[in-house]
Amino acid sequence: MKDIIEELERRRSVARAGGGEKRVAAQHGKGKLTARERIELLMDDGSFEEFDMFVEHRSTDFGMEKTKIPGDGVVTGWGTINGRVVYVFAKDFTVFGGSLSETHAKKITKIQDMAVMNRAPVIGLFDAGGARIQEGVAALGGYGEVFLRNVLASGVIPQISVIMGPCAGGDVYSPAMTDFIFMVRDTSYMFVTGPDVVKTVTNETVTAEELGGAIVHTTKSSVADKSFENDVEALLQTRRLMDFLPSSNLSGVPELETKDPATRIEASLDTLVPDNPNKPYDIKELITKVADEGDFFEIQEAFARNIVTGFGRLEGRTVGFVANQPLVLAGVLDSDASRKAARFVRFCDCFSIPLVTFVDVPGFLPGTAQEYGGLIKHGAKLLFAYAEATVPKVTLITRKAYGGAYDVMSSKHIRGDVNYAWPSAEIAVMGAKGAVEILYRDELGDPEKIAARIAEYKARFANPFIAAERGYIDEVIQPRDTRMRLARALNMLRGKTVENPWKKHDNIPL
Amino acid sequence: MFKKILIANRGEIACRIIKTARRMGIATVAVYSEADRDALHAEMADEAIGIGPAPATDSYLRIDKILEACKRSGADAVHPGYGFLSEREAFPVALQKGGIVFIGPNPKAIAAMGDKIESKKAAAKAKVTTVPGHLGEIGDAKEAIRIAAEVGYPVMIKASAGGGGKGMRIAYNAKETEEGYGSARSEAKASFGDDRVFIEKFIENPRHIEIQVLGDKHGNVIHLGERECSIQRRNQKVLEEAPSPLLDAKTRASMGEQSVALAKAVGYDSAGTVEFVAGQDKSFYFLEMNTRLQVEHPITELITGIDLVEQMIRVAAGEKLAIRQADVKFKGWAVESRVYAEDPYRNFLPSIGRLVRYRPPRESSIDGVTVRNDTGVTEGTEVSMFYDPMIAKLCTHASTRLSAIDAMARALDSFTIDGIAHNIPFLTTVMQNPRWREGKLSTGFIKEEYPDGFKPRPVIGKEREMLAAVATSIDHLLNTRRRQITQQMAGSKVRFAQNRVVDFGRDEERVHVEGDITQPITVSFLTEDSSVRRRLAVESTWWPGEPVWTGLVGGEEVSLQVRPVANGVRLSFRGLSTDVRVYTEREAELARMMPVKSRPDTSKFLLCPMPGLLKTVHVLLGQEVKAGDVLAVIEAMKMENILKAERDGTVKALHAKPGDSLAVDAVIIEFT
Repeated sequence: MKDIIEELERRRSVARAGGGEKRVAAQHGKGKLTARERIELLMDDGSFEEFDMFVEHRSTDFGMEKTKIPGDGVVTGWGTINGRVVYVFAKDFTVFGGSLSETHAKKITKIQDMAVMNRAPVIGLFDAGGARIQEGVAALGGYGEVFLRNVLASGVIPQISVIMGPCAGGDVYSPAMTDFIFMVRDTSYMFVTGPDVVKTVTNETVTAEELGGAIVHTTKSSVADKSFENDVEALLQTRRLMDFLPSSNLSGVPELETKDPATRIEASLDTLVPDNPNKPYDIKELITKVADEGDFFEIQEAFARNIVTGFGRLEGRTVGFVANQPLVLAGVLDSDASRKAARFVRFCDCFSIPLVTFVDVPGFLPGTAQEYGGLIKHGAKLLFAYAEATVPKVTLITRKAYGGAYDVMSSKHIRGDVNYAWPSAEIAVMGAKGAVEILYRDELGDPEKIAARIAEYKARFANPFIAAERGYIDEVIQPRDTRMRLARALNMLRGKTVENPWKKHDNIPL
Repeated sequence: MFKKILIANRGEIACRIIKTARRMGIATVAVYSEADRDALHAEMADEAIGIGPAPATDSYLRIDKILEACKRSGADAVHPGYGFLSEREAFPVALQKGGIVFIGPNPKAIAAMGDKIESKKAAAKAKVTTVPGHLGEIGDAKEAIRIAAEVGYPVMIKASAGGGGKGMRIAYNAKETEEGYGSARSEAKASFGDDRVFIEKFIENPRHIEIQVLGDKHGNVIHLGERECSIQRRNQKVLEEAPSPLLDAKTRASMGEQSVALAKAVGYDSAGTVEFVAGQDKSFYFLEMNTRLQVEHPITELITGIDLVEQMIRVAAGEKLAIRQADVKFKGWAVESRVYAEDPYRNFLPSIGRLVRYRPPRESSIDGVTVRNDTGVTEGTEVSMFYDPMIAKLCTHASTRLSAIDAMARALDSFTIDGIAHNIPFLTTVMQNPRWREGKLSTGFIKEEYPDGFKPRPVIGKEREMLAAVATSIDHLLNTRRRQITQQMAGSKVRFAQNRVVDFGRDEERVHVEGDITQPITVSFLTEDSSVRRRLAVESTWWPGEPVWTGLVGGEEVSLQVRPVANGVRLSFRGLSTDVRVYTEREAELARMMPVKSRPDTSKFLLCPMPGLLKTVHVLLGQEVKAGDVLAVIEAMKMENILKAERDGTVKALHAKPGDSLAVDAVIIEFT
C-alpha cells in the first residue's frame, strides 16, 4: 500500500511541476505567477482541491504524442473564498503555453457544469496562447463547448475572468461572456487578432499593449472592468469582490457584520450640492458617505466616468450603486454611460442585488457623434434594464433630473420602489434657460424679460415639490439622513416579490 | 454692558468671539460675504447679515456696509477680530460717529502704533529697548569701528537706501567691520547710487517673542506674559507657545514692564500685543505693537485662565479692569498649531476645495491636559481662495512644555482633514523634531531644519513596530470578520495563518498574531529563526470606516490616521505616512516576486493640479519654454489657475485640449 501512496505523491509532484523549472522561471521572469501560485492566492489557505490533475491530451499529430504533460495546460478545481465555494480554472502558461486542447477544454467544462449544478461562482484565470494548433478543429470544438456553458451559466452564477497574460483569438470570447473582466497592467493583453495579423490586414503598426493592454480595455473599449498593478493585487481584489457577490441567482446577497450604524448622520451632505447649479461636485462623496464603512468597489471606474457604478453595502448587505457623476460632462447620459450602467443594472438584477440610484442628470448628450453612434438604442438599454429589473430599486434625486433622462434613471414610472429627492432636486423637462428660450422665443431680444422668465420658471419647477405633488417622488428627505433613509427603505423592500410576464427572454435593444 | 455685538469678521475668530459673547448673555450679529453664506460663523450668530461679494474689499473691508449692518441689527458695539478693519483708525472713528462702540483701542492709540517710525519713537520715549545702533551717517572706517564697538558685536552694516540684502554686511570684530564698511558702501553705491551706510546691532538666531497687554479706559494697564512665535514660514507664524522656553522670570518681568509702559504712554485701552525680537542671550528689542486681538491669543488664555475677548468687551463698555498685575498667574504650558490649507508636499502651495472630511480632535480637559480647537469650518465647508488659508487653531495645554507638545502630537494625529491638502503632516513632524522639543528656537527654524522643503520622516525603529502592530491588528479584525461572512460551505472552518508578514513596500516585518479581536491582541515580532524578539499588546475599539485609529500599543496611547488602499491601509502619525499591507507568509513570498514598477517620471509632464476645466493652452507643439512661462490655465470652481513651467523644456506632446474636464494629476503637456 505504501508504494501505491508513494506513487500517487510522485505523480502529483510531476503534475505540480507544470512545464518544468525553466518555464516556471521564465514565467516568474515576466513578473507573472504560475497557475497554481495564483490559485493559492485566490483561495482560502489550503482549501483548493484540484481536479483532473492527471489529464493528458490525446493528440498524435505533429509529434504531440511525444510530449505529454499531466494537467494539459490548465489547472481546475474548487475551493473556498472566505468559506464560500468557488470553482476555478487557471491557464498554465508553462504547459504548452496554456493553449486549449480538446482535453483541456473538457477540464474547464467539467467545472463549469459542476458550478451551475451546485450554484457557485466560476473564476477563470487567463494566461495562454490560444488554441492548440496541432489539434485543429478539436480545439475549436473545445472552445465552443466552453462558450456554450458560459452562456448557460450567465445569470445563474457569477462568472469572473482575470486576464493575467496573453489572451487572444478564441480565448477572448469566454471572458467576454462572463460578468466581470479584470486585467493586470503591463503583463496582460486581450485581442481577437494580434499585432502581426493587424499589420498584414490593415497595415497598422501597433504593439500588443496599444492594441489590447489593460489601459486600452479599461478606458477605451470598456472590455475590462478594472485593472490592477500586479498578479497579487488582482487576485486579492478578486477575493474582495467575491465578498460582495451572491453565490448564485438563488442565494441572495451575502452578509458581512458591521458596526457602522444605519442611523449615521452625515451633516456635510447638506452642503454637497453647491448653490450654483452649474458647479460640479463629486457624487462619490455621497456614495462613500452613505455606504457601510465607506467601502465601495467600483466597476468600470476609468470608462464613461460620467456615470459611476459599483458595489457597496448597507447594513452589511450588498447593494449596487448607480450614480450620475456631475464632475464629468456634468453627469450627462451618453452612449457609453448608458451601456455601462445598463450592463451593471442587469448584473444586479440577475443576482438579486438591490439597486440604489443617485440622479443628477442634465439629460442625454446632444450631437451628431452621439446620434450617429446610436444614442437612441444605447440609451434605451439603460431604460430597458431599469424597467425590467425586479430587484428592490431605491432612487434619490440630488439635483437635476431633466427630460427623458429623468425617466430612465430608475424613476417611479419604470417601477422605482422608493423614490426620494433632496430639497435641491429639480425635476423638469429641461433646465430653466433652455425651457424659457423655447417658451418665450419672441422675448429673446430682451435679456431683462428673459431673466425674469427664467426666474419664474425656476421658481415653478426647480424644486422637487411639483413631482412630489404628483407622487412621482415618494418623499423629500434631508441630505444628512440619506444613509438612514436608504437603509430603512431597503429593509422595507426585503420581501419584494414581483414577476415580469412569462417570456422566453426579452429583446433588449442590443 | 452691551446688548448686542456685531462681529466685523469671519472664520474662526468670529466664531470664537460669538462664543464669549453668548456666555456673557450678549446677542451676536455676524456679517458674511457671498462666499460665506453657509459659513459656520453666520450660522452660529443670533443674526447674520450679508454684506456683499466674496472679495474682502467688497465686503469685510467695507466700513459703510458694516455700519449699515449695525444700524439694521441694532448692534451697540462692534468687535473687529483681527485682520480686515481691526487696525484701521478710520473704522473706530466711523463707528464713533454712528454712536457705536468699537471693541478695541481708541483711534489715537491705533494711529500712534500704526506708524513704524512713530511707534519706535514712542517706544524710545517710554524707555523700551530698541535695537541699538547708529542711525547717522558714518564718515569713515575708523568711525565705523568705533561705533560698532559701542553698539557691541556682532553688528550689521546696512545701506541707508538698502533693500533685498544688497549692501548688507555682518561683522564680528573690528577687522570685519573695516572690510564690511568698504564693501557695503561700494555695493550700496552700485545698487542704489547712494553709498550711505549705518550700523545696527545684529541679532543672531533671533526669536520672536511678544507680550500680551490689557488696558482699560481708566488708565490701568497690565500684561499677561509672553508668547513665543519663532516658528514661522515666510513671516507667517506656524507654531506658537506660551510661555517662551527662552525667558526667565526676570526677563519676563522686564519685558512686561516695558510693554506696560509703552501701552500707558500711548493711552492704550484694550487688548494689544507688543512684539519683540529677542537674542539667544535673552536680550530683547522692540519691533512693533499690534493694536488688536492677536491670532495666537488662546495660548495666553490657556496659561492665565483669562478670557481676552471678555476683557476686551468689558473694558470697551467702560468697566475697570478687575484683574491687577499681581492677580495674573501663569499655569502650565500651552502650544498652538495653525492648521493651514497648504500642501506641505508641494512647497506649501495654497489648496482650496471642499472639506470632504473634517474631524478635529475632541475638545476636552482631562487629567490636566486641555485640547482646544478654534475653527470657523465644519465638514463640507468650501475653503475658498478669497480669505486666509487658516482652517483651525489647535491648542493644547498641560503642566509642562513636553506634555503639552505630546498632547499636541496626539491631537494632530487624530485630526482628519480630507478634500484639500493641509499642513498637519508638517505640524506632526515638527512635534517630533528634537530641536523643537528642546525649545532651541529661532525664526530660521523651518529653513534650517527643513532646508530642502518638507519630507516625511522615515519609517524606522519603535514607530515602525507600532505601525506594524496596528496594521496587523486592523488586518486581523478584517480577516476575522470576513471569515464570518454568510453563505459559507458547511463543515470545515476557514483557516487563519497566525504568522503574518507586514509589508511596508519591499520592507517587511514578520509577526505572529494571537488573540480574539474583541480583546487585546498580541503581536509578536519574529527574528529570522522565528523566535520572538518583541511583543506588543494592541487594544482598540476601532472599526473599519473610522478615519482615526485610537488605542493602546504596548501600553502607549496612540492615534493614527487610517485610509484604505488596495489590499492594505495607509497609516499616518507623528509625521510618518506609509502604505502597509499584511500578508500571509505565502502571500508575501509571492508578492516579493512581483516586479517593481518604476513610477512614471512626472517631471517631464505638466499635470493638472486640481480637478477642473482646461481653459487655455499657451504653448504649441515643439515650443521651447522657460521656467516661469505660462503654460495653461485651469478653471476650477469658477476660478482661473495659471499653470507655469517649473523648468525649461520643449513641448513634446499636448495631451489635453481647451474645454476638457480634467482630473487631478491628469497629464496636460509632455516635455522632452
